[in-house]
Amino acid sequence: MRTIAAFAIGLALSAGPVLAAGAGDSDAEREARWGEIKQSVFKDRAVEKTDTLVSIDAPARALDAALVPITLTMPQKDRVKGVYLFIDDNPSPYAAHFEFGPAADPSEVKLRVRVNNYTNVHAVVETKDGKLHEAVKFVKASGGCSAPMGMSDEEAMRGMGEMRLKFGGDVKPGQPVEATLMVRHPNFSGMQMNQITRDYTPARYVQKLSVAYGDTPVFTLDGDISLATNPVINFALLPEGRGPIKVTASDNQGGRWEHSFDAPAVSN
Amino acid sequence: MSGEPTRRATLFGGLCLCCLPSLARSAEEVDGRFTLEEVAPQTFVRKGLHEDASAQNADAIANIGFIVGRDGVLVTETGGSLADGQWLRAEIAKRTDKPIRHVVLSHVHPDHCFGAAAFLEDKPNFIGHASLREALDARGAFYRERLEEILGKGRAGQVVYPTQAVKDGTEIDLGDRTLRFTAHGVAHTPCDLSMLDTASGLLFPADMLFVERVPSLDGSLNGWLKEIERLKGFGATRAVPGHGPVTVELAPALGDLSRYLTTLRDETRKAIAAGISIDKATETVARSERERWTLFDTYNGRNVTVAYKELEWE
Repeated sequence: MRTIAAFAIGLALSAGPVLAAGAGDSDAEREARWGEIKQSVFKDRAVEKTDTLVSIDAPARALDAALVPITLTMPQKDRVKGVYLFIDDNPSPYAAHFEFGPAADPSEVKLRVRVNNYTNVHAVVETKDGKLHEAVKFVKASGGCSAPMGMSDEEAMRGMGEMRLKFGGDVKPGQPVEATLMVRHPNFSGMQMNQITRDYTPARYVQKLSVAYGDTPVFTLDGDISLATNPVINFALLPEGRGPIKVTASDNQGGRWEHSFDAPAVSN
Repeated sequence: MSGEPTRRATLFGGLCLCCLPSLARSAEEVDGRFTLEEVAPQTFVRKGLHEDASAQNADAIANIGFIVGRDGVLVTETGGSLADGQWLRAEIAKRTDKPIRHVVLSHVHPDHCFGAAAFLEDKPNFIGHASLREALDARGAFYRERLEEILGKGRAGQVVYPTQAVKDGTEIDLGDRTLRFTAHGVAHTPCDLSMLDTASGLLFPADMLFVERVPSLDGSLNGWLKEIERLKGFGATRAVPGHGPVTVELAPALGDLSRYLTTLRDETRKAIAAGISIDKATETVARSERERWTLFDTYNGRNVTVAYKELEWE
C-alpha cells in the first residue's frame, strides 16, 4: 500500500491521494472529455496530433497543486501563431491562450497553473496557415483550484496590479531576450472559501495580459481561473521594437493596470 | 431504517475488512506501535513516525504528549487524527485521574490538530495562536476532507477551534509549574505557538523545530529564520521538537534547522537572480542537504516552490 506522500505537514496535497477524483477515469472517458472541450472551443475545426510543433513539460506528480509549472516548447517558432493550454479536468478547462506578435520568439513559454485532479493537460498550437495541432501530458495533482491561499482575501489582494519585468542573460543585437513577467494578482478561482464570511470568494482572475515592445506586439494572453496566484510568465522577445516594453493587465472584475519598463540594454 | 443496519452488518460480516487498507487501522492498532517516554518529571512524549499520513499509521506522525501538574493535565500536542488523540487520552488515563484542563493546538497542520476532537468531552481550555482560528477557517474543512480520503470516512475527527487565543504571550499555571506561551510571527506556518515549561526548562517549539525529518515550509522562510533567533533567547537548553527524537539539545538542533533553511534561502535567491525558473530550481536547490534528512525527496521540492514564490518578490 502506497502511503500518501507530502500530505500531513504542509498543504502538499498535490502528491495525490489514491482516491483523488479523476484518478480512476478510463482513457475512453478522458478522450471523450477532450473531445467535448475541443468541440466547444474549436467547433468543427480539425485538430491534428503533433510530436514536433509543441511539447509540454510538466511534473508528472505536482509538488504543489496550486502552483504547477508548465513549459510549452515550440521549436518551429516561425510557424507558430498562438498556443492554447487546457487542463481537461479543471472546473474551467480553458487555462490560457497566447497569441504571439512580431516581437515574440515563441520557441518557449512558461507559466504556472492550478491543477484540481489527475488530468490530461493539452496544448494546441495554431500555425500561421490556420491549422491546429495538439499535444498531451498527464499530470497527477489534486485540490489545486480549491486550495486555500493561507491568508485573508485582503492580504492576498495587497499590491494587486504591481508588476516586475526581468531580463535574463546577455542581450545581443538581433538575438532573442529571455524575459520574466510577474504580476501581483490573487487570481481567485471562485472555489476558495473566504475565512471570515465562510462564503466562497468570487472568482477574480487576470483575463487579459498584453505585452508590446514599443508599438510592436509581443503577445497577448487570455487567462482564466487556472492561472496560479501572482501569475508569472517566462517568454522571449525579439529586439524588433523601439521604446519601452508596455504591459497591460485586466481582470474579470474591471481591474486594469498598465506598466512601462525600460527595454533591455544591448551589450556589444 | 430499522432493519437496514442489521442487514448491512451481516453483509460486512462476510467480508474480510482487515484486507481493506482504508478501513483497517484504528486506535487499538496504533497502540501497539507506540510508547510514551517521561522526558522530564511528569512530562510524557510519544515520538511520531517519520512517515506521511496513511491508513495504517492513523497520521500518528508528530511528537505528542502531556504534562501532569498539581491541578490537572495539559496536553502538549493532540495528534494527527481522532484515533491518535484517543490513544493519547487513554494513555493519560492510565497514569493519572486528574482532569484534562488544557489542550495545546500548536498550529494549523493536521498531524498536530486532528487529535483534539478526542478531548472535547473533557471540556478543556483549547489554547492556540490568535491567527489559528482564521487558519482553521481557511483550511480545516479542506484538511479534514483530504484526511478522510486517506484514513477512511469518519476517522479524521472534527475541526476543533481554540477557546483561548494567544496574541503575544500568556502563562498557564498548573499549580506546581507555569507554562509560558509565545505566539510567533509567520514562520513554519502563520500560527505557530511555542511553550516553555518554566519548571523543567524544557522548550516545546512544536514544528518550528524539525529534527531528522526534513522541515516543511508553509509560512515564511525569512520569518522562520527570524523566529529561530527568538527561540534561542528563551534560555532553554533542551527541547521537544515537533518531529524527531522526544527530546534534543536545543542549540545544535536549531543549528541544523538554520543550516537547512539558510541553504534553501541562499540557493533559491541565487536561482532567482540567475533567471532559473521555478521548475528547474526545485531540482537544484539545497541538494547538499539531501543526505541529512529523511523524506527529503518528498518535501524539498515543495519547500523550494514556497521559498521561490516568497523570495522572487524581494
